Amino acid sequence: MSDTAVLSDHVRGEIDRWTVRFPEGRHRSAVIGALHAAQHENDGYLTVELLNGVADYMDLPTIQVYEVATFYSMFQTQPVGRHNVAICTNVSCMLRGADDIVEHIEKKLGIKLGASTEDGRIFLKKEEECLAACCGAPMMMVDHKYHENLTPAMVDEILDGLE
Amino acid sequence: MNRLQHNLACFNTFGADESWSLKTYEKHDGYKAWRKILAGEMSPQEVIEEVKASGLRGRGGAGFPTGLKWSFMPRDVPGQKYLVCNSDESEPGTCHDREVLRHNPHCLIEGMAIAAYAMGATVAYNYIRGEFIDEPVPRFEAALEEAYAAGLLGNNIRKSGIDFDLYTFIGAGAYICGEETGLLESLEGKQGKPRFKPPFPANFGLYGLPTTVNNTQSLGCVPAIIRNGAKWFADLGPEGSGGTAQFSVSGHVEKPGNFELPMGIPFKDLLHLCGGVLGGRRLKAVIPGGSSVKILPAEIIMDCTMDYDSLQKAGSSFGTGAVIVMDETTCMVRVLRRIARFYMAESCGQCTPCREGTGWLYRMLTRITAGQGQEDDLDKLLDVANKIEGHTICALGDAAAWPVQSFLQHYHHEFAYMIRNHGRSIVDESAEAAA
Repeated sequence: MSDTAVLSDHVRGEIDRWTVRFPEGRHRSAVIGALHAAQHENDGYLTVELLNGVADYMDLPTIQVYEVATFYSMFQTQPVGRHNVAICTNVSCMLRGADDIVEHIEKKLGIKLGASTEDGRIFLKKEEECLAACCGAPMMMVDHKYHENLTPAMVDEILDGLE
Repeated sequence: MNRLQHNLACFNTFGADESWSLKTYEKHDGYKAWRKILAGEMSPQEVIEEVKASGLRGRGGAGFPTGLKWSFMPRDVPGQKYLVCNSDESEPGTCHDREVLRHNPHCLIEGMAIAAYAMGATVAYNYIRGEFIDEPVPRFEAALEEAYAAGLLGNNIRKSGIDFDLYTFIGAGAYICGEETGLLESLEGKQGKPRFKPPFPANFGLYGLPTTVNNTQSLGCVPAIIRNGAKWFADLGPEGSGGTAQFSVSGHVEKPGNFELPMGIPFKDLLHLCGGVLGGRRLKAVIPGGSSVKILPAEIIMDCTMDYDSLQKAGSSFGTGAVIVMDETTCMVRVLRRIARFYMAESCGQCTPCREGTGWLYRMLTRITAGQGQEDDLDKLLDVANKIEGHTICALGDAAAWPVQSFLQHYHHEFAYMIRNHGRSIVDESAEAAA
C-alpha cells in the first residue's frame, strides 16, 4: 500500500483544490491547505502516516511536510482531544479577565492548558497568539468558532455542548 | 473637518443589511473606481500618483507610504508579478481586518484589483490567518465568487485587456507570518522565517518574482481614494497622516470596539467614544498601536492625537491602530510578562538574539512576579532588550525589546517595588489601602 492510501478522497480533493491556485511546479504552496484538510478528518491531529501520505500524494520530500507541520501552532502532531478549545490569554484578553476564564475551565475539566481530557473529548490548547477579537475580550475559539465576551456561565454552556 | 465622521473607507457598508454582499457594496459606490479603470479612464501611473498624493501609509504597523511602495515595482519589466494582501492579522490588540473580511470583503477585492493593475500584477493572493477559517474566510471567498460571477475579475475583464485573478490563502498559526517576507515564505509552503533584505520583495518576492505585500486596511482604502480623489483622503487627516484609520480599542474601556475614523482624532475623543475608562476608574496607560509599540502613561497620551507624527513625538508609534487601554488597577509587571511570553513563543528562532533573548526576558519577568527577583534584574532586562533591538533579520526582535524598554522607562518603580517586596505588586498595595 502506498503512503497516499491513508488520505481519503475528500482530502485528496482538497489538496487538488489548493494546488490549482498556484503556478505549475509551485504545488508546495498547497502544503498548509493539505495539512488543514488531513488534520480536520483525523479528529484534530496529524500522524506521521498522514504526513507521509500528504508528501507522497503531493510528490514532495517528507521533510518539507514535517517542517511545516511542526512550525505552525494550528497543527497538532500528537494525539489530542477531538474538540479544540483555545482561550486567548494575550494582553487585551488578560486585561478583561482571561486568566479567570482559564482557571475556571481548568478546574471544570480537571486538566491544565496543553492537555486533553481523559475521555478524549476536549483538548485545551495553550494559546500564545492573540486571536484578533480583542474588542470582544475575553474570548476563546472552539473548533475554529469564535466566542466573545465570555462569562463562566457562557463557558459552561459551550463546553457542556461539546459531544 | 468633521472629526466624528465614521466609516468613510473600509467600513463604508457597515450597518447596512448584508453589508458583505455585492449588492450592498455597489449601493455604496462599490466597484465604481474599478469600472472606471476597466473603461480605460486611468493609467497605472495615474493610479500610483493618486495613491501617493492621498498620503496613505501602510496600516500594518510600519506606516510606509503605500504609493511609494507601489512605485518600486518594476512594472514594465516583462514576466509575472504578484500582489499579496497581508490578512494575517495578529498584532496583539488588533482586530479590524477581521471586520473588513467579515463585513466588507468587496472593498478589499476592489482595492486589490486596482493595486494589481497599478503595479502590472495579474495574480494576487490574500493571505488570511488560519484562525479565521470559520467566518472571515468563507465571507471573503463568497465575495470573490460574486465578483467573478459579475465579470469583475478574470481574463480580459469586460474586454478591457486587463487580467486579474485573486486567490485566498490560509495560514496556520504563526505571528511571524505577518512579517512580509515570512509571509511570502509561508505562501511558498515553507516555515514562515523572514528573509534577509535586500533584496526587497519588489525585486525578489513570491517565487523570486516581483511582489508587493500590502496590509488589508491599506488596500481596502484604495477604492475610496480613487473614487473620491487623493485630496479628499489626504484632507481627512493631518499633514503626514492622510485619511481614515481603523482603531481597535480594547482593554479597560466601557465599550470596546472597532472604529473607522479620520486620522488625527484626539485620544480623549476616542476614549469618550468608547464610553470612557471601565467602571469610571482612572486611566493609567495606553499602548496606542499594538503590543509591539511603546507604552504611554495617561498624562502623555491624553494630550496626543491619533496619527503618525503625534504618537511618534510622544515616544511611541501609530502601529496598527490597536489601542490597548489600562486603568489604575493594572500591574505593569504582569502585563509586560504576558507580552514577553508572547514574543518568546512567536520568535521563529533563526536569529540568536531574538530566539535566546526573548526567553531571557520572559524568564526574568517570571522570576520577578514569582517573588524571586534580584536587584540587578532590571538592568539585565534592559541590557538583554538592547542587545536584541536592531540585531535581528526582522522587526520581531525590536517588537520584543520596545515594550521592555518603555515599561521600564515609565514604570521602573513598579518593577523595583515588586522585587523589593518579593512578588507583591504596587497595585495590590493601593487596592488594600483603598479598601
